[in-house]
Amino acid sequence: MAYSNKVIDHYENPRNVGSMDKNDDNVGTGLVGAPACGDVMRLQIRVDDDGKISDAKFKTFGCGSAIASSSLATEWLKGRTLEEATKIKNRDIAEELNLPPVKIHCSVLAEDAIKSAIEDFRRKQKAKRALQTQTQDDPEPAQEAQETPNAPSEGKRSLPIVSSQPER
Amino acid sequence: MAVNLPIYMDYSATTPVDPRVLEEMMPYFSEKYGNAASRSHAYGWTAEAAVEAAREKISAFLGGSSGKEVVFTSGATEADNLALKGVADYYASKGNHIITTTIEHKAILDTAKRLRKQGFEITYIPVDRQGLVDPDEIRKAITDKTILVSVMLANNEVGTIQPLEQIGAITREKGVLLHTDAVQGLGKIPFDVTRTHADLVSISAHKMYGPKGIGALWVRRSKPRVRLVAQMDGGGHEFGMRSGTLNVPGIVGFAKAVEICEQEMAQESERTKTLRDKLRHGIQDHLEEVNLNGSIEHRLPGNLNLSFAFVEGEAMMMAIKDVAVSSGSACTSASLEPSYVLKAMGVGDELAHSSIRFGIGRFTTEEEVDYVAKLVVEKVRKLREMSPLYEMYKEGIDLKSVQWAAH
Repeated sequence: MAYSNKVIDHYENPRNVGSMDKNDDNVGTGLVGAPACGDVMRLQIRVDDDGKISDAKFKTFGCGSAIASSSLATEWLKGRTLEEATKIKNRDIAEELNLPPVKIHCSVLAEDAIKSAIEDFRRKQKAKRALQTQTQDDPEPAQEAQETPNAPSEGKRSLPIVSSQPER
Repeated sequence: MAVNLPIYMDYSATTPVDPRVLEEMMPYFSEKYGNAASRSHAYGWTAEAAVEAAREKISAFLGGSSGKEVVFTSGATEADNLALKGVADYYASKGNHIITTTIEHKAILDTAKRLRKQGFEITYIPVDRQGLVDPDEIRKAITDKTILVSVMLANNEVGTIQPLEQIGAITREKGVLLHTDAVQGLGKIPFDVTRTHADLVSISAHKMYGPKGIGALWVRRSKPRVRLVAQMDGGGHEFGMRSGTLNVPGIVGFAKAVEICEQEMAQESERTKTLRDKLRHGIQDHLEEVNLNGSIEHRLPGNLNLSFAFVEGEAMMMAIKDVAVSSGSACTSASLEPSYVLKAMGVGDELAHSSIRFGIGRFTTEEEVDYVAKLVVEKVRKLREMSPLYEMYKEGIDLKSVQWAAH
């Protein structure tokens, strides 16, 4: 299969490969796809206090188009607000990379990864706020709050949350 | 010595025409261009003589008793079609049951599928983790309605060599015809229609350093005499089993390719096996979690099929783009389905998606093998650094315990 030059460029020089601490409250992690289907993407964003994405990292198991889609997504995410980040659509990625029809699912997966990372970040923030409110009301049951399903408990490594994908 | 890029390491897909074969073919394009079916002039007689000599040579190579047992076709796909459909049509009154395996080439599987639509019953014998068929399973599957058993000599993806002699003993005992698609194994491992009791054999020239576009179906003529209904109607060529003007240059090249294999097979297979093992160790000794797919013991000398865990096959092929190999994962097609052969062997989808087939052959050099081994190790390491699955594996997370969202 002939790849576009942009895919080859991202594949050979992937941007922002790496990991961030998924237990960090300012980090949102999206892990989508399945090994059995031949592609898994993990996309992470670090969100500053002003609500802007200051950093983005990815790791991808998948074909060249999947790697390029996630690499491009991290490039586009940096500097955006969360609201702006949600506007990145699979169509934009597919267009930018000139993906052939059989590889469109790679761009869909990248969009899912973005959404999933944002959701994870928002969930963490909500849990953090809930924890702070509770702590203000009553300093005692802080321990209990950690048991709520949305709050990542420290010490115990939680498995990454895998988002479900839209039907196609 | 420097290597020339790209490196061809896909000898199971096709092989280059040996220069000795090409040389033999040339006059049949330019000077001796007669139609082998022309009985009225010297051009025809010359072509016919060349074709008849080729028949004898090819049949003898298979252990046959007569050149008349060779029915030339456009290739092995046509030979497979002719064997299954031709036997099914001729013996339909005797029975409607055909037995084959789950790892056959698509030319068999899709033909069987069509026959099923026409009312035939097809039994698919599974293979074990090593990619081998158990002859006992075939014995158990045979009924009084069974007319044909079709089992490949060696698999095209994982190179596993099937126990044809044992299978042939069973089919002969039960009075059932045995067909084998011998394309991958012929010229690389010894094969003989007497020892295997094969009644029909599909062969192809381009897998053994001959030209593309020529193959044959060997059809036993005595004990038992196998009958077929032709699937191509016309001038009644090839003993009425396959009409169409013969591809004389192709046939001449095919015979020369067979002659070279006959003379050099033992030595060549030893050499390709040594190179194959060198490639395997050059990769496996330097990388963790690299699995060999298929039996090492019952395997074609030039075949190496490896799964690189945590790395996707197509990305891998892109990383080693200067090396021509195949991915067991058919991700390049719209289907996104991993190899049905690996799945039939019980290789998990994730490892099936991570598999690469290396094919070593006559013109592969040791320098090329060294180069490829080094390149593969380097690229797998790079891709694993990029793989979330490798990171999770390194953290001790059992990937099977993760609830993945299938898509």
